[in-house]
Amino acid sequence: MHPGIIFFLVILGSVLFHIFTPWYWTDIASNWGGMDDTITLTFWVGGGVFVAVCLFMIYCVFKFSYKKDRRAEYKPDDKKLEKILTLATTLGVAALLAPGLIIWNQYVSVPKNALEVDVMAWQWGWQYRLPGEDGKLGTTQVININDNNPFGINLDDPYGKDDVLIQSDVINLENNQPVKILLRSVDVLHNWYVPQFRAKMDAVPGVVTYYWFEPNKIGKYEVLCAEYCGVGHYAMRGGVEVQTTENYNNWISQQETFNDLIAKQKNIEFENKKIVKNNNFLLNKKTYKKEE
Amino acid sequence: MSDEYENKTGYQAQSSESISSGGGGSGTASDADYVRPAETPEQDLYHGHSFITKWVFCQDAKVIGVQYFLLATFTGIIGLILSWLMRLQLGFPEAAGFMTAEHYYQFVTMHGMIMVVYFLTALFLGGFGNYLIPLMVGARDMVFPYLNMVSFWMFFIAVGVLLASFFVPGGPTGAGWTLYPPQTILEGTPGSGMGILLMCISLVLFVAGFTMGGLNYLITVLQARTRGMTLMRMPLTVWGIFTATVLAMLAFPALLVGALMMTLDNVLGTSFFMPTILQAGEVLEYGGGSPILFQHLFWFFGHPEVYIVALPAFGIISDLISVHSRKNIFGYRMMVWAIVGIGALSFFVWAHHMYVSGMNPWFGFFFATTTLIIAIPTAMKVYNWVLTLWRGNIRLNVVMLWCLGFIITFVNGGITGIFLGNVSVDVPLSDTYFVIAHFHMVMGIAPLMVIMGAVYHWFPLVAGRFLDETLGKWHFWLTFLGAYSIYFPMHYLGFIGVPRRYFEMYDSPYVTSAVGMNEFISMAAFIVGAAQFILIFNIIKSLKIGKPAGHNPWQANSLEWLTPSVPPEHGNWGEKLPVVYRWPYDFSVPGAKEDFITQTTPPSEVAETEVEKT
Repeated sequence: MHPGIIFFLVILGSVLFHIFTPWYWTDIASNWGGMDDTITLTFWVGGGVFVAVCLFMIYCVFKFSYKKDRRAEYKPDDKKLEKILTLATTLGVAALLAPGLIIWNQYVSVPKNALEVDVMAWQWGWQYRLPGEDGKLGTTQVININDNNPFGINLDDPYGKDDVLIQSDVINLENNQPVKILLRSVDVLHNWYVPQFRAKMDAVPGVVTYYWFEPNKIGKYEVLCAEYCGVGHYAMRGGVEVQTTENYNNWISQQETFNDLIAKQKNIEFENKKIVKNNNFLLNKKTYKKEE
Repeated sequence: MSDEYENKTGYQAQSSESISSGGGGSGTASDADYVRPAETPEQDLYHGHSFITKWVFCQDAKVIGVQYFLLATFTGIIGLILSWLMRLQLGFPEAAGFMTAEHYYQFVTMHGMIMVVYFLTALFLGGFGNYLIPLMVGARDMVFPYLNMVSFWMFFIAVGVLLASFFVPGGPTGAGWTLYPPQTILEGTPGSGMGILLMCISLVLFVAGFTMGGLNYLITVLQARTRGMTLMRMPLTVWGIFTATVLAMLAFPALLVGALMMTLDNVLGTSFFMPTILQAGEVLEYGGGSPILFQHLFWFFGHPEVYIVALPAFGIISDLISVHSRKNIFGYRMMVWAIVGIGALSFFVWAHHMYVSGMNPWFGFFFATTTLIIAIPTAMKVYNWVLTLWRGNIRLNVVMLWCLGFIITFVNGGITGIFLGNVSVDVPLSDTYFVIAHFHMVMGIAPLMVIMGAVYHWFPLVAGRFLDETLGKWHFWLTFLGAYSIYFPMHYLGFIGVPRRYFEMYDSPYVTSAVGMNEFISMAAFIVGAAQFILIFNIIKSLKIGKPAGHNPWQANSLEWLTPSVPPEHGNWGEKLPVVYRWPYDFSVPGAKEDFITQTTPPSEVAETEVEKT
């Protein structure tokens, strides 16, 4: 068989696979439809270029295959053609880049009414914290974390006391309420990722990172860790339940606040964890300062 | 030696006089053939006599090239076997009962690191670079042959240390080839003790050895070109390897410091990359470091690394397509500037690997723009390859098949790169199988196609015999169709949202539908891997009973085919260095008797042709 035929079948097969594939993205459940649209646009433009270049190549293979008595054309370059191709490519690339940047701008600009959600990650699990009545999350520190203060909330921070603590890997969210996910990790990199929401960002120990989305479809979704975090990475799952406002309010009213937790443990003295191994004087001095 | 040099300088003075007196006038044949005389004496070479100096601690760049090739291939086969084990786990977990998650992550890590650094980089620059640069620019050898020999043996030790990590307590590191701290050196990651230490040591050795070789390639290209070999007459292969080496010289130091700083964090308890960390209820002694700093260092190396592999591939494929289409490469100057431009731009795009890493999100705008700009020179290269085929006289031999396979896989992988480079499109796709499919297509399979094409193309030069064409066709079709069926559908796993580096999928609702595809991909991977042994068999067979190739079997123009003996001997050129009169792409020139004019053909010999000045 002529190799050109096989190459043609490969290209045809790719296009057909794309049209008829049963494997495609999961139904979107957030406001990031623009990402899907940009992907679709890139598929049309990029896929078009792919098919065009490959078909042109296959045509050449058929048309110009070796004949002893024929000579190839001698034409070192064609400035005009090169200019046209450069210009066309530049336009195509710009057309793809523009929507990409517009959506990124939305992605990094969090709406004012977004509810802040503290997602705390560790090897290998998740837990969540929501602001209490004051609408603000208290500040935290890794060094504060212990059995009595599982989120490491700074005890002298007044915003922290009414925070709602969810010591479970499943969180509920209110439908059509934008949320700002504040990610932190106590050990290694993690990434709180729900494929249906499209959005993701790494949780990095030492800093708080963020992203936002607005869930718009009631249902239960699985959370996957999307940044390799050691041997338990693949098992680091969690859950999100997107609820109606009524169900959500109902749910949140049943959750424990930090104050509740403190009250429960009245007799237990709160104290910050001692550093177990310490030979790095300079760096830890800095940590102590922050604590004061 | 010095007498000869005196003679030459005398010749120089004489001829420059004659050129100044004849300037402006209509050139006679001898004027047209004028090439500036040599300005430096010829290189003294050390000729080995014993087995050890000839074949082991050898200073001949060609032998070193073959040594690099063989060792890189050996390491690559280990990487291949590791990929089989991974695919066994992903496709048929019940058959891979012996494999724990620790094993799996160790295999993932070693597969990645081996393939990128110890296989592709070593093969393209160490293997093809050593063999081809001196031959193609008309030098007798690399300018520092001894250093070149040391370079290979450093690589040898680096591979040794890397493989030794399989046998230390805890096994090799399982941190992923990106080695992101803090997990790399914490107990939740396999091989966080000795494994990562050996990995870092091996990388440091590799970089040190590679710097020795790299300086050699650069200085040989800049200083040891033969008379008449101007930069703009160099084959694109040399341009590709040269530019890639410049990138490597600038990029590898970032990896080196990253590896050293991580080793300090690991061994001495410094905190370059380590913030305050709580592990198993205890706060570790670290504090104040930045894990993202490592990512910047790593990708400042890691992205140019992609082009360290890709640029030699671009160069080689240009030459193969040109020779086997019997046509000059279309837009040579544009191709050179595209290589240089891509090389320069590649230092300004690294953070596109880090869009969702938690770095300042405003960087996204800058890096998305630079990343998509790099698509333009890359696309120009692709256009020029297919335009070289246009109105060519295409030999559909095995070499050309690999070239065509390269164009398809490279364009495919390049297009998916536009998805991932376009910052907000990257958000849903990053850390999924889409990424795996993308980079395997564009920097795994596509460069592999080039390597294979190059092996079939230059084997007759290295061994004096052709590789078997029928076996070659089997090898090509199994590899191309198999690899395409691995990675093309894999993109769609990424759309579903299947994350990468998952030992097991469990029964997540949207990944159970992918089970069938995983089995299919694994089957294809087994076949593609096995198909590579056809090449090994073909090489062994052809070394013994292959068809003798003779001089310049492909009717190519570039210097490596014009040595007095095939395979070329130490010193390459016998008595006299070649003199170059033209670029290496004068194929099918109107008026010429043959459809090629070698670089050493003086204009007076082909006076009746309408060759453009190059």
